[in-house]
Amino acid sequence: MVMIFGKPLPLLFGQLLLGIINGSFYAMLSMGLAIIFGLLRIINFAHGAMFMVGAFVTWALLTYLHIGYWGALICAPVIVGIFGIALERLFIRRIYKLDILYGLLLTFGIAQVLQGLATNYFGVSGVSYDPPASLARVVNLGFMYLPVYRGFVVIAAILICFCTWFVIEKTRLGALLRAATENPSLVQAFGVNVPRLIALTFGGGVALAALAGVLAAPLYSVNPDMGSDLIDTVFAVVVIGGMGSIGGAVLTGFGLGVIEGFTDVFYPPGSAVVVFVVMAIVLLARPAGLFGKTA
Amino acid sequence: MTITRRATIGTALAATTAVAWPGFKARAAGKKSLTIGVCSDFSGVYSDIGGKTSVACVQQAIEDFGASAKGYDIKVIQGDHQNKPDVGAGLARQWFDNGVDMLIDVPNSAVGLAIANVAVAKNKTYINSNSATSLLTGKKCNADTIHWTYDTYMLSHSTGGAMVASGGKTWFFITANYAFGQLLRDQTAAVVRAAGGKVLGDAAYPFPQTTDFSSFLLQAQSSGAQVLGLANAGKDTVNSIKQAHQFGITQSGMKIAGLLIYINDVHGMGLEIAQGLVLTESFYWNLNDRTRAFTKRVLPKTPNNYPSMAQAGCYSGTLHFLKAVDVIGVPAASDGAQVVTQMKKMPTDDDAFGKCYIREDGRFMCPSFLFRVKKPGESSIPWDYYNLLHTTPAEQTFAPLATEGCPLVKA
Repeated sequence: MVMIFGKPLPLLFGQLLLGIINGSFYAMLSMGLAIIFGLLRIINFAHGAMFMVGAFVTWALLTYLHIGYWGALICAPVIVGIFGIALERLFIRRIYKLDILYGLLLTFGIAQVLQGLATNYFGVSGVSYDPPASLARVVNLGFMYLPVYRGFVVIAAILICFCTWFVIEKTRLGALLRAATENPSLVQAFGVNVPRLIALTFGGGVALAALAGVLAAPLYSVNPDMGSDLIDTVFAVVVIGGMGSIGGAVLTGFGLGVIEGFTDVFYPPGSAVVVFVVMAIVLLARPAGLFGKTA
Repeated sequence: MTITRRATIGTALAATTAVAWPGFKARAAGKKSLTIGVCSDFSGVYSDIGGKTSVACVQQAIEDFGASAKGYDIKVIQGDHQNKPDVGAGLARQWFDNGVDMLIDVPNSAVGLAIANVAVAKNKTYINSNSATSLLTGKKCNADTIHWTYDTYMLSHSTGGAMVASGGKTWFFITANYAFGQLLRDQTAAVVRAAGGKVLGDAAYPFPQTTDFSSFLLQAQSSGAQVLGLANAGKDTVNSIKQAHQFGITQSGMKIAGLLIYINDVHGMGLEIAQGLVLTESFYWNLNDRTRAFTKRVLPKTPNNYPSMAQAGCYSGTLHFLKAVDVIGVPAASDGAQVVTQMKKMPTDDDAFGKCYIREDGRFMCPSFLFRVKKPGESSIPWDYYNLLHTTPAEQTFAPLATEGCPLVKA
């Protein structure tokens, strides 16, 4: 068997694939965060909670309304997105003019409330959700058994990331959004309803988190802590990629997933900290992040 | 940034408990009042195998003891240690300073050991029913601590021994990287090697933040070992076994040795996934008439969660504590060493564990049972999950007294 650094090659291939799978979640979540921060200047600490709510909504849709996985893939982000817009209108709107830390505190509080409510209703063990029957198989790739659903998650994540990037960077809507955040009063003077545009952006970012939640539901157990378990890492991804850089967040998300995967092979106890070690190194060398523009 | 919810609430909670319970010490002369503190995991990975059901079992013991008829006024308080040794030790210190007479439960070996130090410093009774580490009755034993229910020696020798005996000679471990996981892995590895087997590898993952075990499972698979040893517990075990199925580990012929599996974990996995697992417990609700009678009494207090062995241990431990205090008198209840000495003198007898005793190193001596999880078709009533394979008498379940290195034991 071919060995690299004392580890069999098939194992490393498998690990690469697993890293990409985990990286897809980092990418999707950090992209939503980057959009909200880049356009709204809000450090959205409730992002993990929205991911968790997305997963629970998926479960609830099946349990109470008998809407299966594919339906949830569309319904859950819409429901959570509308919830996000309501949050923006009711709370977040009021603090745009204040220091950036107030947004952090407010969203952190919202996250605590949502997580507490979920714990109260579902208990810490949470609930389980099965992958759709058509994707519940396992394929033998030779070097590893790959659950088909995990492969599907990677493809879905890449598609979602590309579409979002395309909308923001290449379409008229995206151009309006970027303009509205650069100079709101000027864009408003052209007859664009800027507050509505911003509310929609927040809703869109939150819907992305919920979509990731739907994808995660069959993989991990759906539990109140699933968002807070990920959010630290996701923030590190955003910081490494460069605050507000969408492409940076996506590439960093996948990259760090892979680095974490390899750490699991070579030094398992280090897998929890490796992301933060990378973050420290990047911040020392490039304080604005890998893809961020220096202010 | 690691401002997690638990860390934030943790300090706050530890602080409020002290404020909220200022007056345990007010023990009026002539009134037989006692306070029992259940220190457990109420919100994390071990909350199903400790937490609320442990509290229910303690309350059941107080009822079965006939506390009110005997003129006792017994208060039960609870606190969440959040799987942090510093939070647990701080809570224990506050409780003991404020008049708590006995502290019980404590899942998580790291927290369990930290509280043992506090208990001996404050000379208060400490019954650990939920930690696995055999150090509690080994090098770290003390005169105020009793270790109920089970330990890593029992798990490694019973489950590990059975797997090796049935032909599983090469092992790969997935280990929760803290006091409990490491000890369980080392002791099981010793059993495997002593039986002529080999350990091919080990993946020690960060605890408690790991939820995805796929990387470690993949390493286990590529090692080519016959047995996958899971040196973890609670939700970690459930997730590892579920994911092992997703990745085709069992389909490829590898056997899973869940070294610590509780009935609550089997319930969480479902029989479809758990069937065929071999595991060791010292209590099973459907074992005999007495265990069924106990379960029937306690279930109304914990209708959705049947008691595991550790939770039944909270019942058994509390009951025996109360019997001992009844003999030496309530004023002596605050002297931990005196209570524990009395508890060691008297044999135990209760519906959960039957007739057992406590050894001089603080080890509760009860038999252990090797079970195989039933197939879905074999289970006829709710939570009817196990077939009994083998019973090991108490003296062989736990490490011989002389070999443990407990300073309390005179050579």
